[in-house]
Amino acid sequence: MSEITERGYHKPEVLVSTQWVEDHLNDPNIRIIESNEDALLYASGHIPGAVEVDWASDLNNPLRRDYLDQREFEALMSRLGVTPQTTLVFYGDKNNWWATYAFWVFQLFGHENARIMDGGRNKWQSEGRPMTREVPQYEPTNYKALPRDDRHIRAFRDQVYQHVQANLPLVDVRSPEEYRGERLHMPDYPNEGALRGGHIPGAVNVPWSKAVNPDGTFKSAEELRRIYEEEQGLQPDEEIITYCRIGERSSHTWFVLKYLLGYERVRNYDGSWTEWGNLVNVPIER
Amino acid sequence: MADYPQKLKDVLADFEFVTTRTERAEMLVDIASRFEPVPEHIATRPYAIECKVPACESEAYMWADPLPDGTLKFYFAVENPQGLSAQAMAVILDETLSGAPLEQVASVSPEIVLQIFGNDISMGKGQGLMEMVRAVQTNAKRALAEKAG
Repeated sequence: MSEITERGYHKPEVLVSTQWVEDHLNDPNIRIIESNEDALLYASGHIPGAVEVDWASDLNNPLRRDYLDQREFEALMSRLGVTPQTTLVFYGDKNNWWATYAFWVFQLFGHENARIMDGGRNKWQSEGRPMTREVPQYEPTNYKALPRDDRHIRAFRDQVYQHVQANLPLVDVRSPEEYRGERLHMPDYPNEGALRGGHIPGAVNVPWSKAVNPDGTFKSAEELRRIYEEEQGLQPDEEIITYCRIGERSSHTWFVLKYLLGYERVRNYDGSWTEWGNLVNVPIER
Repeated sequence: MADYPQKLKDVLADFEFVTTRTERAEMLVDIASRFEPVPEHIATRPYAIECKVPACESEAYMWADPLPDGTLKFYFAVENPQGLSAQAMAVILDETLSGAPLEQVASVSPEIVLQIFGNDISMGKGQGLMEMVRAVQTNAKRALAEKAG
């Protein structure tokens, strides 16, 4: 895989290599954050100095289907020992699904000083880079967050409905079988309660995994444009909504479109199919 | 705890004393480190689809092998090498239920997943782990039916 700076990305600086991370393990201005699907992975070993942000318990409101609020985000960031000037580097399993999800949630609060480690946890481990079970202790800070602003990168149910009515494009990043309504959930994954199968009208199907190489690194901008623009007809100046089942895979695609290809108006619909597939009387296509 | 095998009761009791997420994770990681995949004399790849645990994100498989005393020995494969939760669940199920009276195994509730992994486990992860328990439970019930029949 070519160097990140040679891949033609809109914002290449948002991706960092495993080597870059290893070179900055002792940089006090960097905080490495691991976010995984399996909550045991961090405890089994992680990049030295990395802290864990668990998508379920740290980012989600335990009562309402929503994310943490400003006060809770400040508490989280203070616990992580970071300031608004700290560069956060996210990585995780599943080709960085949950890392991009955490990255996206952090953008709701405007912490723009954030990166994704290309290739994620798998690449780090396969390269034989250092791992530790030692959990770092950082001095708590007094992080002051911006109020959460969902307007620019998050789409809600009614907005999606209006988007559909306006015949605007969406990207369904689930498997082709889910998109066609032949399955209600990913193969091998549980059905988290969708009563109907199919896709949101106007959605093209680009499974999230098409954006990455076998080693989990992101494909070049040229390859990504072929996938999203030549094959699916998407354009960078369009208003686009991405979705999957709960917004985790679609945050990966949101990241690709926004940061790697420079799409200005991309929002992630975190309600995704677990919401749309259960809504009464909304349009569905197969 | 109904009439659970004593080994399972002991494990559940251990988890009752867990006070932090970190502590729970470290206990489960240590348990997962004891995971040994299904031996070749039981099954080899490609594994039979009927042995696959449904809804498990880590692609787990389960086999129940009859023992001379009429009980069952449970074997597992977890195809996702990062599926530590599934590996930990497999170890617990094997170590506490293999060789246990079938009536007791059949009575084990999938809700033990919540006692072991915590009530804040994600729905998707929880469902998959519960299916591992159900797979064991189903095999025990089947063995009981065959004995009766």
